[in-house]
Amino acid sequence: MEELRKRARELLATGEVKVVIGYGEGSAGRIRPLFITDPAGAGVLMFDERCLANLAVYLLKAEVKQLGKAAGTAPIRNHSNGLQPAAESQVSDETVRLIGVADGKAVDLPTLASAEEYVASVSLEPAAEEKEALARIERMTMEERWAYWNEQLSRCLKCYACRAACPMCYCTQCTVECNQPQWIPVPATPLGNLEWHVMRAMHLAGRCVGCGECRRACPIDLPIDLLTKKIGEDVAAGFGLRAGSSRKLEYALSTYRPDDREDFIR
Amino acid sequence: MAEFEPRIVAFVCNWCTYAGADLTGTSRIKYAANVEIIRFPCTGRIDFMLLLKAFASGADAIIVSGCHPNDCHYTSGNFHARRRWMTFRSLLDYLGIDVRRVQFSWVSAAEGAKWAEVVNSTTAAVRELGPFTGYRQLAGAGIELGG
Repeated sequence: MEELRKRARELLATGEVKVVIGYGEGSAGRIRPLFITDPAGAGVLMFDERCLANLAVYLLKAEVKQLGKAAGTAPIRNHSNGLQPAAESQVSDETVRLIGVADGKAVDLPTLASAEEYVASVSLEPAAEEKEALARIERMTMEERWAYWNEQLSRCLKCYACRAACPMCYCTQCTVECNQPQWIPVPATPLGNLEWHVMRAMHLAGRCVGCGECRRACPIDLPIDLLTKKIGEDVAAGFGLRAGSSRKLEYALSTYRPDDREDFIR
Repeated sequence: MAEFEPRIVAFVCNWCTYAGADLTGTSRIKYAANVEIIRFPCTGRIDFMLLLKAFASGADAIIVSGCHPNDCHYTSGNFHARRRWMTFRSLLDYLGIDVRRVQFSWVSAAEGAKWAEVVNSTTAAVRELGPFTGYRQLAGAGIELGG
């Protein structure tokens, strides 16, 4: 932890970055995001097992971007969240720098290239329990799946916390705010909820790095991360593209191979 | 009770399948009248949300059809669409929607007979499946939006 603070202090003092985004102690034992701009303030940075929130979402916020180059602290697995926005030209070495945290130690990743090297050494596939959660639904009959998702999604409050928490949901104008035509009804209705979650999943196709922040943000713990992870697995298996694996990854749905699968097309 | 008549919405591209469907007509090939055709500039323009809206508006099945690979008027619209359909179809399946209700096909401007066959076979298949009551119940549930 001291190492992390020292690193943040150095980065700010030398002017290499203007803001360090990290975790800090909040109220009632909760963790909150911190935005440190003064090297003297780096002492409150912390990292422990409660620091799960994916701070990459802040790297793309206009308010943070206008501060200047940002350093984001992240559990090492979340580094994909620095690489995927880079693949989409949202961040670059000029605007962000990542500080990795692995086993309580700060890992220096001065460039996105070095972050990519690091990511290459870890598996980006879903963890065993995530795979099992995905497979559990696949094993259901079609009717069971329909009933399961209806039951889950009809509870959705349409608070859009999943969208707000997702580092990849950075569009300044979202289709849910579009009212001519009104693609997604404003109130929470069973149909509108399904449409929203299909749309969210499809718009994250080949882009979701599977950090699970949408589910953590969900006030009623809907398993919506499974929808994006399911597509993520399809895209990885079908097109060989794993979101977050490279800062130069092509977008699965805006590229193609002439020999893409088409056994479902008559 | 009268026999169930499926309502099928077809999203087709302007350059191949729409012209192909035209050829079906000019060739005097009779085919199921259950299909309502919506013409698009290209399959690449067919957003998955439109498919959902068709189901919400009472479609029992959907046909999405365009140019064969390498025949796209815009070079690659159908290649892009193919990836989107593959992803979307898998998601629908994961959500428990019967993917037999979404039929994708390549029908060229010369394939009037194939168009009739696609429509006829989809109509027959959906006649077996019955009306898409699951989705319709969902559309009818919750707050009445009017209009």
